[in-house]
Amino acid sequence: MESLEQLQARVAQAVPAARLEIVPNDSPAGQPSLLLNKDAALAVAQFLRDDPRLRLDYVSNVTGVDWLDTVITRKVRSRQVIEGIEREIEHSFEEKKPGCLEVVYHLYSMELKHGPLVLRLRTGNRSDDVHLPSLTPVWRGAEFQEREVFDLYGIIFDGHPDLRRILMWDEFQDYPMRKDYAEPDDFEYEPTAHGEVLERARRHVGTPEAPHP
Amino acid sequence: MDEGLRSELSKQGIFTTTLEELYNWGRKNSVWPLGFGLACCAIEMIAASMARWDLARFGAEVFRPSPRQADLMIVAGTVTKKMAPQVVRLYNQMPEPKYVIAMGACAISGGPFKQGYNVLKGIDRYIPVDVHIPGCPPRPEALLHAFMKLQQLIDEQPLTGCNRPRHLRADAPTEFTVPEYGPHDLEPPKNPEVWRPPVIHPGEA
Repeated sequence: MESLEQLQARVAQAVPAARLEIVPNDSPAGQPSLLLNKDAALAVAQFLRDDPRLRLDYVSNVTGVDWLDTVITRKVRSRQVIEGIEREIEHSFEEKKPGCLEVVYHLYSMELKHGPLVLRLRTGNRSDDVHLPSLTPVWRGAEFQEREVFDLYGIIFDGHPDLRRILMWDEFQDYPMRKDYAEPDDFEYEPTAHGEVLERARRHVGTPEAPHP
Repeated sequence: MDEGLRSELSKQGIFTTTLEELYNWGRKNSVWPLGFGLACCAIEMIAASMARWDLARFGAEVFRPSPRQADLMIVAGTVTKKMAPQVVRLYNQMPEPKYVIAMGACAISGGPFKQGYNVLKGIDRYIPVDVHIPGCPPRPEALLHAFMKLQQLIDEQPLTGCNRPRHLRADAPTEFTVPEYGPHDLEPPKNPEVWRPPVIHPGEA
């Protein structure tokens, strides 16, 4: 398969509205991915599936990622003249990086036997702007996996034919795989308690249902 | 009846018994389990019922597809919170006398999935369990052992007096609260009539 840079150029030619960004990956896998803008995602997906040199006809995996708001501290050195002496001064800037929810698609081509190509889509934020276009109209195999991402991360896929919870019950209101998910406190008892679980079990000791020993 | 007199009589070719013994002997040798499994423990349960381990030796080969015909519920596997109401409902639909074996670490306490958001931390939070088998999964021999324990338990049940089993007491409950799906957890998260958290002694572990 062609390199991501070549692919980026070709997609930009075929889908003018697409703004693609190559996300580098520093981990040992070293597998870079393509970040799509959500407005053109469906058209790009169609191109990736139908282009005769790509024919990415199979979604093997759809995953969600929760990125929390982070603060990155950067240090900048500059030279300034203070009281007639030139000194090097270090400034530190705090940069706020807003969080988002991300969905990752792994694409393969069954026909041309190549892949994977990793696609990413990001929501605007983690609270109210959580809509993304569904890629199920392009790859039918993404249907259940997008439902799972909706169930566990709360990303709303526009254009999905049947967006319901798939693992949790319909009345459930939380999104358990989000990093700020608070579990129900039901660790009253742990046979070999230790660490965090012991702390949680201890909170119940002394309550009427678990009297103090 | 006096044991010495009884053995003396049996030497003379006179067999004596009590109604209680006959009744329990019949019950313990025809315990029909409900045919349902929840996870990998079910595979071991199926193995235990097949020729190699042969649960039929204990009179329990008839896995019933309907709870109305079953005496024993083998909770074989992880009970998810989504599945828990159905498990309790199946138990409620079984006629008395009924027994429960919690098979494997998950059915006992949630096991390796205990800290998962959708795993019930033991089926004994909702229904009374007679025998717990540890293991992940327990081998068929362990299930046979649990089954023999259950037979022993049935055999020792008195038919009269204050210790008589639940099905002979009019005031004892035969159905238990089916939990409902709540916005964050099952409602109620446990049935205090059946299960209370044991007192923990931090530091002793």
